[in-house]
Amino acid sequence: MGRTIVEKIFSSHIGGDVHAGDVVMAPVDRVMIHDITGPLAIEKFHEMGAIKVFAKDRVVMLFDHQVPADSIPAATNQKNMRKFALEQGILNYDIREGVCHQVLVEKGFARPGEIIIGADSHTCMYGACGSFATGIGSTDMGFALKFGALYFRVPETIKIQGEGKFPDRVTPKDLILSIIGEIGADGATYKAVEFTGVAFSDMDMSGRMTCCNMAIEMGAKSGIVPPDSTTWRYIKERKPDIKEFSLSSDDDGIFCNSIEFDVSTLEPKVAVPHNVDNVVPVSKVAGTPVDQVFIGSCTNGRFEDFREAIEVLGNNSFSDKVRVIIIPSSKEEYLKTLRAGYIEKFVLAGALVEAPCCGPCMGGAFGLLAPGETSLSTSNRNFKGRQGSTEAMVYLCSASTAAASAIKGEITDPREI
Amino acid sequence: MRVWKFGDNIDTDAIIPGRFLIYNDPKELALHAFEGTRDEFAKKVSPGDIIVGGKNFGCGSSREHAPLAIIGSGVKYVIAESFARIFYRNSINTGLLPLVCTDASTIPDGAQLQLQLENNRFIVEGNNYRTEPVPDFLRTISEAGGLVPYARKLERVI
Ligand code: SF4
Repeated sequence: MGRTIVEKIFSSHIGGDVHAGDVVMAPVDRVMIHDITGPLAIEKFHEMGAIKVFAKDRVVMLFDHQVPADSIPAATNQKNMRKFALEQGILNYDIREGVCHQVLVEKGFARPGEIIIGADSHTCMYGACGSFATGIGSTDMGFALKFGALYFRVPETIKIQGEGKFPDRVTPKDLILSIIGEIGADGATYKAVEFTGVAFSDMDMSGRMTCCNMAIEMGAKSGIVPPDSTTWRYIKERKPDIKEFSLSSDDDGIFCNSIEFDVSTLEPKVAVPHNVDNVVPVSKVAGTPVDQVFIGSCTNGRFEDFREAIEVLGNNSFSDKVRVIIIPSSKEEYLKTLRAGYIEKFVLAGALVEAPCCGPCMGGAFGLLAPGETSLSTSNRNFKGRQGSTEAMVYLCSASTAAASAIKGEITDPREI
Repeated sequence: MRVWKFGDNIDTDAIIPGRFLIYNDPKELALHAFEGTRDEFAKKVSPGDIIVGGKNFGCGSSREHAPLAIIGSGVKYVIAESFARIFYRNSINTGLLPLVCTDASTIPDGAQLQLQLENNRFIVEGNNYRTEPVPDFLRTISEAGGLVPYARKLERVI
């Protein structure tokens, strides 16, 4: 009986032949904790009677949601986590590197065939590197820190086949928004989503990260792109010693559903308030005035996104009716963007450029919205209250659409600039 | 047991907004449960009340602060048509029992609900409802009182 890529990853970790539906206790290759879910995970770890983490070189800690600390309780949480990292001898990037998911991936901590868990729902992003990665809560994390393993129900897989070439100014973000719109916010609950086909094999790592990142927005446990030469090149730039191997679903592997998308006919898309699956073509909401535009987050805060925004910006300025907030997702992305001269262009065009962190996406640190305000954001969630007031409206889009709209002061199709 | 009825896709930001995640104590979190979404909840909820949701209850972030805020309010059971995966797990792990009932949407807000856990049933205003049994492995954790008491007894798992 053929197996999917996810079934193969679990089988190799268990040392048996496992299939979708099996409940297994599987060893994990790496775990990630950050400043929001970490304190509780550490508390649970201690409550479970644990003293030492299962393997200190397999734990990565960093702070990204509320940095630099924006309140005394946040500062205290971070202080306690620092102490834990020192006692345990685990790697703590503290506030230096940026948003957790971007940092894990770009430091080479997510590799093909691995099982990685993070105490954050968008951990599924590491599937861009061919890992099985999933978000968990703090008690599960306490358990994993103690035992180096966790129970999983091996998920069925939905196959998303992407065909064709992207038209100008239509991006992987528009594709994943369309997919979520079609599958629905709970259409992939408990399942894995495998992204295949030429649209994905042609896609750069940044685009693959955007798509895998948002797998959770259709309820999925993980998103995964089968590793190919693009994946291995990216990994080897970071971990030169790693040995290449092949990993993909068998032809006779069983998928619970298979859906095809032709990207060549795709338009720029927007998710309108207050659910990520309320997806419409940008033309449908064009002209809606916006108060704030945010380009950043683990979904679309990479160099490639800023390059897109700069191409749209050209010699224009941002509208002075709009607060434009730009936040690279990591130090590495920040430096690439800086060296390309984009930061200066953004600042001169009227944007506020912040140091790497979650920013307004987190809805607590800064950049909050007042009642009645509208924000356009390249992040991944438009839930009521996600970026401040529950009476504010958050729309989600690509960096191109965000830039075009920031120029006009209203939601704008990037193909019209 | 009073029913607090919610709709579909109740997300974790609605259960506990991001700005309160600096707190880890269930009682403190409970003061802000559903703030901005249903402000009367934190003020009027009584221990033993039950939350009833629609589809995809608890979607969104992995924040365990969501089940903790509910537990801190004195609520021990959430009944919904379906749950988001991480919230479901987090609930079992922290001792909040998530019960799936495909007819949950017909239960009115403010109704009195009598739970009969042992036979996967509950009664609302004379009508009988069924809940789906909790999967075996999760029931073991739930019966231990959550993942912490379950894990305390173990030295190793692999
Ligand atoms: S950028 Fe947003 S989605 Fe990503 S980890 Fe931070 S808060 Fe979560």
